[in-house]
Amino acid sequence: MSSKSTELKSSDHGFNSILARFEPVIGLEVHCQLKTESKLFCGCKTTFGALANQNTCPVCLGLPGVLPVLNHEAVEYAIRMALAVGATIRERSVFARKQYFYPDLPKGYQLTQYDLPYCQHGTLLLDNGRRIRIERIHMEEDAGKNIHGDNASYVDLNRAGIPLLEIVSAPDLSGPAEAAEYLKKLRAIARYLDISDGNLEEGSFRCDANVSLRPVGSKTLGTRTEIKNLNSFRNVEKAITYEILRQADVLESGDKVKQVTLQFDAAVGRTIVMRSKEDSPDYRYFPDPDLGVLHISEARIQSVRANTRELPEQKVQRFQEAFSIPEADARQLTEEKELAAFFEDVVKKVAGSVAPKIVANWMLSEYLREFNARQWQFEKPFVSSEHFAKLLKLLGEGTISGKIAKTVFEEMAATGADPDGIIAAKGLVQINDSAAIKAVVDQVIAAHPEQVAQYLSGKQKVYGFLVGQVMKISAGRFNPNLLNECLKEALHGKS
Amino acid sequence: MRAQDPLALSASELAQEVYAGNLKAHDVARTYAQRVENLHRELNTHIEWDKDAVLNEVDKQLAYIEAARYAQKPLPLAGVPIAIKDNIMVDGQNVSCGSQLLRNHRAAYDATVVQKLKAAGALIFGRTNMDEFAMGSSCENSSYGPTVNPWNRRHVAGGSSGGSAAAVSARLAPLALGSDTGGSVRQPASFCGVVGLKPTYGRVSRYGLVAYGSSLDQIGTFATTVQDTALLYGVIAGHDPSDSTSANIPVPPTSLGPSSSLKGKRIAVIEEFMRDGLDEDVRTHFDQALQVYRECGATVETVSLPHLAHCIPVYYIIATAEASSNLARFDGIRYGARSQKPGLNLRELYTQSRSEGFGREVKQRIMLGTYVLSSGYYDAYYAKANRIREMMRREIQGVFEQGIDLIASPTAPTTAFELGQKTHDSLAMYLSDIYTLAANLAGIPALSQPIGLCRKGLPIGMQLMAPAFGEETLLRSAQVYEQQINGTQKFRPRI
Repeated sequence: MSSKSTELKSSDHGFNSILARFEPVIGLEVHCQLKTESKLFCGCKTTFGALANQNTCPVCLGLPGVLPVLNHEAVEYAIRMALAVGATIRERSVFARKQYFYPDLPKGYQLTQYDLPYCQHGTLLLDNGRRIRIERIHMEEDAGKNIHGDNASYVDLNRAGIPLLEIVSAPDLSGPAEAAEYLKKLRAIARYLDISDGNLEEGSFRCDANVSLRPVGSKTLGTRTEIKNLNSFRNVEKAITYEILRQADVLESGDKVKQVTLQFDAAVGRTIVMRSKEDSPDYRYFPDPDLGVLHISEARIQSVRANTRELPEQKVQRFQEAFSIPEADARQLTEEKELAAFFEDVVKKVAGSVAPKIVANWMLSEYLREFNARQWQFEKPFVSSEHFAKLLKLLGEGTISGKIAKTVFEEMAATGADPDGIIAAKGLVQINDSAAIKAVVDQVIAAHPEQVAQYLSGKQKVYGFLVGQVMKISAGRFNPNLLNECLKEALHGKS
Repeated sequence: MRAQDPLALSASELAQEVYAGNLKAHDVARTYAQRVENLHRELNTHIEWDKDAVLNEVDKQLAYIEAARYAQKPLPLAGVPIAIKDNIMVDGQNVSCGSQLLRNHRAAYDATVVQKLKAAGALIFGRTNMDEFAMGSSCENSSYGPTVNPWNRRHVAGGSSGGSAAAVSARLAPLALGSDTGGSVRQPASFCGVVGLKPTYGRVSRYGLVAYGSSLDQIGTFATTVQDTALLYGVIAGHDPSDSTSANIPVPPTSLGPSSSLKGKRIAVIEEFMRDGLDEDVRTHFDQALQVYRECGATVETVSLPHLAHCIPVYYIIATAEASSNLARFDGIRYGARSQKPGLNLRELYTQSRSEGFGREVKQRIMLGTYVLSSGYYDAYYAKANRIREMMRREIQGVFEQGIDLIASPTAPTTAFELGQKTHDSLAMYLSDIYTLAANLAGIPALSQPIGLCRKGLPIGMQLMAPAFGEETLLRSAQVYEQQINGTQKFRPRI
C-alpha cells in the first residue's frame, strides 16, 4: 500500500461512481464483552475502572501451576446470543490455546475457541430485508492492557480473562452503511439480552472489518484486508469507506491489493499497515488440555430458551401492533433498550387518558431532544417517567394545552421539578370557564373591529390573528376548543 | 510411654504414635531435619535446604496438630515429614523447578495437594531436586546438579523426581511427593528401591503443580512401603473444583486390611516389553517376582499390545507440544529471571531471558514442541500422535475388558545407570522410560515396587498398571506381594 499520498485519486470521482464499477464485500468480526459477575476462568470481578491489577488472582495472573475453570454464567450468555441470531449450538466445543508472546498475555497464550466453536450458522436481518449470515460465534478470554510510562511500561491485568464473544459474519455486507447497521443491530441484541453493556468507548464492544472489492458482476472474491479494532460506529463507516476508495485506486491503477492487516487512524481518517500476510504470526493453536471438551446439552439450551428475552425486532413488531405507532417510530423507540422501557413505562402510567401514539410523539420529539441536549442517562433520568407521565396526563385530561405542556416540560427539563408544581407556581392551569373566555373574546372583538370586518368579508386568515389575541390575554391558558367555540359564536353572531 | 526412634518407624506408625501422644511431632521433625542436614549435600536430594526455615514452618504446623488432637479431628499424617518436589507450590517458599530461570520464584499459594497434606497434619519438609521442569530421566538436567543414587553414588537416582526418590530411599523423609508425566515417579522409585505410585489422571488435583505435559502430568507418591503409599495417596486423592480435569468420582477407603490372597487375579505381561533392550538381570528378577505373584494365587498370561511400540514418538510429540505452550509464561516479563543485558527490545528480551534461563534439554523440548504445533505440521505430528494415543488407550482398555486385572512389566529396562552415561544421547535416555509412558498416555494408574537387587547391588522395580481409578487393586495386590517377600526392609540402602 502506498502511504505517500494522503489524497486518493478515486475520491474525486465520488464513492457512488466506484460502486458502479466495484462491489465491496465486507465481513465483520465483533468482540462483545460479556457482563458476567466474574471472569471466564476464575472468580475475579469484571468491574470497569478498578485500580490497576485489583481484579486479579493467581489464575488470571497466569501464575505457574494454576488451572482454568470455565464460568458457566458466560456459557449461558453465549447460548442466549446464539439463540437470538437463530444459530446452531454445537453439543461439543473446544477451547484452544492461541500462542504468542506479549506482556499483556501472562500465560503466553489466549484461551479461545478455534476449530470447534460452540456456535455456527446464524443470521441477522437488516432493515432493507437482507439477511447477513453469521458464520460462527465463539467464546474467548480478553488480554490485559499495556500502559506505557515515561521510562517504563506497565501491565494492567484487570481485563485479562474477561469473557468475550467473537461474532464473525460472512462477507455479506455490501457497504459501510450496512456494516454500521449490522453492528448497531448486533449491539442492540446484546444489550437486549442483558449479556453486554455494548459500550464502544470502554472497549466492551469492538470490531475488526474485512474488506475486499470485486468488479461488479464478478463471482470471485478479491484479496481482502483486515482493519483492526474499530471502536465507534462512525469509525467503522469511515474506515471502510476509506478502504474501499483505497482499494479501488489500487485496482484501477492496475495493481493488486495486498493481503494486509490495517489500523485505522481516526485523526487523519486513513488506514495504516500493521503487518503483511508474510509477517502474520503462527499461533500454533491446539486444544487446551486443562479444560477438556465443553458439552452443551439440549436440555441446557432449552432452559436458556425458556428464559428468553424480547429482541429488538420483536419489540418493533409489538410496538406497532399494540400501540398503533408507525414502524419508523417503533424502530427509533427500540434502538436503546432503556428508551423502549421508559416509553413502555410512561404508556402504562397514562393508560386510559393518553394514547400511546401521543406518548411516542412526545418521547421522540420533546423528551429525546432534551435528553440528548442535556446528556441525560437512562439509569437516572433527570425527568422521571412519573413526572413525564403526569405531564402527559394533564395534557390528555385537558388541564393544560399542548402549548402549555411544552412550556412546562422545558421547565421540568431545566429544574427537574414536578409538573403540578410548575403549573401551580406559574398559574398555567387551563381555563375551561366559557363565561371567562367569552368576556375576553368580546374584549378582543371590540378592540379589533377592522380585523373582524375582514374576517366577515371572507378573509379566513384573520381568524388566527384573533385567536392569538385572545390567547395572549389569557397567557395561553384558555381551553383551545372552548376558545374556538366562543370566538366563532361571537363572530358569527355579528354577521 | 516408650521412646522410639522416628527413623525406624513407617509413616503410618509415626502418624499413629504422634496422634496417640507417644511421640512428639517436634522430636520427629528435629530427628529428620538433622538427618537431612547430615546427608543432603552428598546425595544432592534437596534444593536450597534450610534447616532453620523448615523447622520454623514446622513449628506453626505443630500448633495445628496439637489443636486438632485436642479437638479429636483425625490427622492421618500427624507429624509425618514429607519432602516436596520443587515443582509443587508451597505458599511462601521458592519453587525453582530445577531451573535457573525460576531461581527466585516464590510461590504465592499452596497447591491443592499441599493444602491437603497440611490439613492432614503432615510436616512440609524441604524441596527436592529434579530434572529441569521435570524433563529428564536421571535428575542430571537439574541446574542444581544431579541427585545421586543412595545405593551407589556413581549412579543416577533416576528422574525427573530423583530428589524425592533418593530422599525417601535414604530415609531423609518417610514420604515424598513427585510428579509423573512419563514415568518421573515410577522410574526413580525403581532406581532407588522405593514404592512409587502414579495415580489415574484426574485422581489427584494438578492445581499448583507447574505444568509440563498437562494431559499427562499427575502428582504421585514415594514411600518405603505399600501401606504408606496407600496412606499418602488417600490424603491427596479426590475431586478438586479448581482443576477441571479432576475426576468427581469418590475415592474408596485406602487403609489396607490384612493381606488376602490374589486368587483369581489375572496378571498380563506385555509381550512387546520383554524383547530387545531389557537387561537380563532385570528380566530374571521380574520373572521371579511374577512367580511370587503366582504363589499368592494370581495367574499370569502374555498379551500383545502392538501400538505400544509407538510410545516414545507419541509421548515426545504430545508432551513437548504441551510443554512448549506451558513454558511460554517463563519469558522474563512476568515470570522467570529477566536478562540483565542492556539495550534489548521486547523481542530480544524474550529471546535473551529464555536463552539464559533454560537448560539444554528444556530448549530442545520447547523447540520440538513448537515445531510439531506449527502451521503445516500440526496434522502430521500432533494430530496424528493423538490419534495413536487414542488407539493405545483403547488397546489397553481392551486388555482390561478381557478380564485382566493388572498389567505387569519391569518399571525400567535397566537398573540405575552411571552418571554421565546417557547425558549426550537423548534417545538412550528416552528409552529408559519406555515401559512407563503407556500409563500416562492411557491415563491409568501405575505403581512401581522394589523386587530385588541386581548384580551391581542396585534396586530393580516392577510396574503394575490397573484400569482407570483402580488404585485400590494396585495397592492391595502390591501389598500382598510385599508381605509375601517379608517386607521392604531389604531395600534400605546402607547409609
